[in-house]
This record gives sequence, structure tokens and C-alpha cells, in this order.
Amino acid sequence: MKICVLVKEVPDAAVEKRIDPSTGRMDRSGEKNLNPYDTHAIEAAMQLREGGAVQVDEIVAVTMGPESAVRALHKAVSLGADRSLHLSDGSLAGSDVGATGYALSKALAKEQPDLVLLGQQSDDGECYTIGAVVADYLQMPSLTQVIKMDVDSGALRCERQAEYGYDTVQVEFPAVIAVGDAINEPRYPSLKAIMGAKKKPLETVAAGDIGIDASRVGAEGSQVQCGDFKAPPAKAAGQIIEDEDTGETVEKIIAWLDERKLI
Amino acid sequence: MPDVLTYVLHYEGALNKNSLGAVSEGAARAAEIGGQCHAVVVGGGDLTDELCQTLGNYGATKVFRAKGPEGLAQPVIDVMAKVIDENGHGYALFGGGLLGFEIGAGLAARQKAGVTMEVTTVRAEDGKLVAERPILGDSKISISHYQGLGIIIGRINAFEVKATGGGAAEVVDVELEYSPWSTRASMVTRGEQRGADVDIEGADVLVAGGRGLGKAEGFQLAEDLAAAFGGNSAVAATRAVVDAGWYPYAAQIGQTGKTVSPKLYLAAGISGAIQHKVGMQSSENIVAINKDANAPIFEFSDLGIVGDLNKILPKLTEAVKAKKDS
Repeated sequence: MKICVLVKEVPDAAVEKRIDPSTGRMDRSGEKNLNPYDTHAIEAAMQLREGGAVQVDEIVAVTMGPESAVRALHKAVSLGADRSLHLSDGSLAGSDVGATGYALSKALAKEQPDLVLLGQQSDDGECYTIGAVVADYLQMPSLTQVIKMDVDSGALRCERQAEYGYDTVQVEFPAVIAVGDAINEPRYPSLKAIMGAKKKPLETVAAGDIGIDASRVGAEGSQVQCGDFKAPPAKAAGQIIEDEDTGETVEKIIAWLDERKLI
Repeated sequence: MPDVLTYVLHYEGALNKNSLGAVSEGAARAAEIGGQCHAVVVGGGDLTDELCQTLGNYGATKVFRAKGPEGLAQPVIDVMAKVIDENGHGYALFGGGLLGFEIGAGLAARQKAGVTMEVTTVRAEDGKLVAERPILGDSKISISHYQGLGIIIGRINAFEVKATGGGAAEVVDVELEYSPWSTRASMVTRGEQRGADVDIEGADVLVAGGRGLGKAEGFQLAEDLAAAFGGNSAVAATRAVVDAGWYPYAAQIGQTGKTVSPKLYLAAGISGAIQHKVGMQSSENIVAINKDANAPIFEFSDLGIVGDLNKILPKLTEAVKAKKDS
């Protein structure tokens, strides 16, 4: 079985995210890291490989993004992927969710995976949706927010929390599964794995190499235009107490609650 | 085309509240651009004519009903794509919820449409609908304009359920052959409840715990504090800790859990992700304790305490008890 894991580089959590006023797009410059939600998808792939219920021949990390996205691929490889595929092309910049999913599905079609795994969301755009888009293009069954996944009688048995409680869903291969962050605790890469990551095979492809229709990607090929960013109505900032002397802090909380007749 | 198509989720013969909100919103906005609001339902025998007709009361004029599996997104994508192809709807609208995200995104791929998720406001502008979505931790609002079909996925609780007193909706049965991949996922069990049944929706005081409690046993601190408040108080939890098995599902607040608005919401060790915020932001008073000064919850709490909850909660519990006894 071949597993492809979709990964993405995102601004480091410590960096304040902002919109670039000149382009109306997320400012993705500055420190970058592997989207933390993606590490759960890589870990899920590793656990399938180690679990033994199915033979995993290869785990391939796949990303779309500028040259700097290579760092996210190196991180993914240090966490267990065997090699990586980088879709990089200037024409893809500014793609909306639909166009991004289309381009990623073309990269995945080249790999012909039995299973596509991804994280539940990205740490920057907060899209929970790319898995469902990719699945429709690849014509594969799909489930998102999966928190438990086992191979059972040649299919995946997945659990997730939905509107009315926990659902258990049987999904046949090939499939696209987005995992929730409760599915596992990702391991830390070993020093050896970090050092070795840059030596693992990394293939870079351009849009034309994998048959992406240029009219369907980038800002021009996107069906939704986002812009006119405005500030939300301001909410009065709450009072903040830094706890230095806990006795004093608690007194302040009690006084605050008492003032509002909450005790 | 000005007509709006919504998807209405149901479970055991009852229609989903967020779906009804989407129908109400769809009907109101469609009217502003000269269109009508229709609904798609997919399921079995519990989708009776009577149940489907009641959607007219929320503003839907027509209900497209297909027989199919419940609780899975991809069959619904097939139905909605067919209905849109045959009727030329201009917009597809979803209330908040897991299935709405999956259906809306998959439909965007199928119909090559633009999609916006986490939308809090839809409005008419020059005869078209535009969607407003808060981004970057709700610090900015992005406005979406669509070419062709526009797919709008609401944030949970964003659209209010409004009974319009409209008459019975027309029910139209849709016959279709599902896509092969839509039939390759099947529901084994649906709606399983895990853990004890607790009632948090009626509480005046809620002490809610998140990952910051450290472990399942950490919930004792939250329970002690809730007990100190006495009366109508209860303990609630975030999705992360419920999924981790620390606390029962029935106590979960947020996107896939309950929506609450107690007089006092005391959040202990909760970072305040959007998925949690949507379930508790209408609480009258929000107090947050978190060791991370940058936690988003401090941006929407009335009183924020930056500190170690293991030190603060026990003392606060004692102080609340003392205050009540005085």
C-alpha cells in the first residue's frame, strides 16, 4: 500500500498572522513551519505501517507551495515519510480552496496512492475542507475529523464525532481521510532522522508536468474572490490579571464576581 | 440565478437546528435578490411528506427528497449536484456543522464553484449574495464575491431559525444513481453517546475544562469549583478532552457539542479555539484562567487570569465556599 500525506507550510504559531494589503492574500513571509495538524496525519501513516494489519510500502509527503515549502517536506520526512513530492509553480499562487484542491489532486493522481491522509485544518487559513475537495476530484470515498482509524477486513474502520455523537464509518480503499488532532500524539523526530531528511528523495514538479489546466488555478482560475478586508465590530477588552500572588489574585476574582452578583 | 439551495440534516425524524437556520437565512436572502429557497434532504422512511413540508414554515418553497444513506457527505453531494444542474440554483447554503463543511467543499469541486466556510453574515449586494467570514482569529472579516455558483458554509449558530408561517413546502422526489465512490463509505453506527449523561445547557454557572487541566484527574479541580458555587452549576469540557476520554461527550461545548449561555462561564485551561468559542460566546460573563498570556480566549473574556490553574483553582474554590458561607 502507498500512503500520500498532504502537508503544508504555515507561518510559525508565534508569528502574528496578517493580510498583505497590496495583494489581499495571507502574508506568508516570515518564519515557517510544518502545519502542526499535519504531524498527526504523518503519525497516523506511521502507525498504520507499524500496526501490521496492512503492509505499507511507501509513505510520500506531498505539498504545494513556494520554494520555502521544502522545509515542511523535510520535517515530514524526519517524522517518517520515505520521500516527498513538491508541486511548485508561480501560476498556482492565489488559488482558492477549489483550485488548490484541484491542483493537489493532479499531484496525487501522479502517485496513485491507496490512501491519502491529511490534517484536520491548516494553522493559517483554517480550512477544514481541502480533503473533501481532493476526494471529489480523485473520485474516492472520504471522511474528515477522524479520531480513530483501523484496518479491518481490507477496509478502514473510522470513528469521528459528528452532529449527534460518535459515528463509526467503514471506508473502502482508495480513500481520502482527514484526521483530527485527537487521533494520536505525534512522535518527536530523532536527531538522526532530522539530519537524514535532506538526503531522502525529493521530486519537484511544475503545474505543466502533471497536466494542471492553467486556466483553473491561481487567482484567475479561482471562483471566489476574497477581499475588502474589514475589522470586526470592536469588543471592549476584558480585564487581565497576571497571577503573581495567588491569594491576592483570588481576592480580585471574588470581588469581580461579587460585583456582578455571580456568587 | 437567484435561487438558494440548502441542505437539511436530520436524525431520528427530527430536523437539525443549524440546518433550519440555513433555510431561514436562505429564504430571507433569496427574497432580497428575487429568488426562492429550496432544501435537499437525503435519508430513509423517516423523511415523511409531513416532515419535509414543515420546512415551508422556515421559508423553503420546495424540498428535494432523495433516498440514500444518512450522515455521510458524498451521497448528498451527488443529490445536490443533480438538483443544481437541473434547476440552476445560484447559491448553496449550509448551516454550521461537520457534514455541511464536507458537502459544501465536495460540491465546490464537483460544480467548479467558489466556496467560503465559517461565514457569519450573508447579504445581498447588486442582486448577488456576498459572504462575510471572520479570519485570523476573528481579527479581520474577509468578504467573498462569487462567479457562477457560490457555496456558503455558515459558522455554527450564525443563522437564526425563524418561523415565517409559510405554508407547506412542495415535496419533489429525486431519483438518481449515486457515484461509485459515494457508495464506498458506509455508516456502521451513528450517534453513539459516550460517557455519562450530564445536563449543561440549563446551568447558570459552568466551569469548563480543557487540555490545560493536564489529565482526566484534573477535572476534579473543575468539579470542586462547580460544587462550591452550588445551586445550578455544572462542569463542561472542550472537544479535545472529550475525544481524549477525560470527560463525557454530553458535557462538550462547541462546534460539534452543545451551545450554552450561562450567567457565568469559567474556562480553565482552555485556549479558546474558534470551534469552542462558537458554543459559549453568548455567555453573560466569561472568566478565563490560562497560563499562556497569548491564548485567544483572553480576547473574548471579560476577566482573564494569566497563571497556573493548579495553584489558582483550589484557592478560588475555598474562597467561593467562604464567600457563600459568610
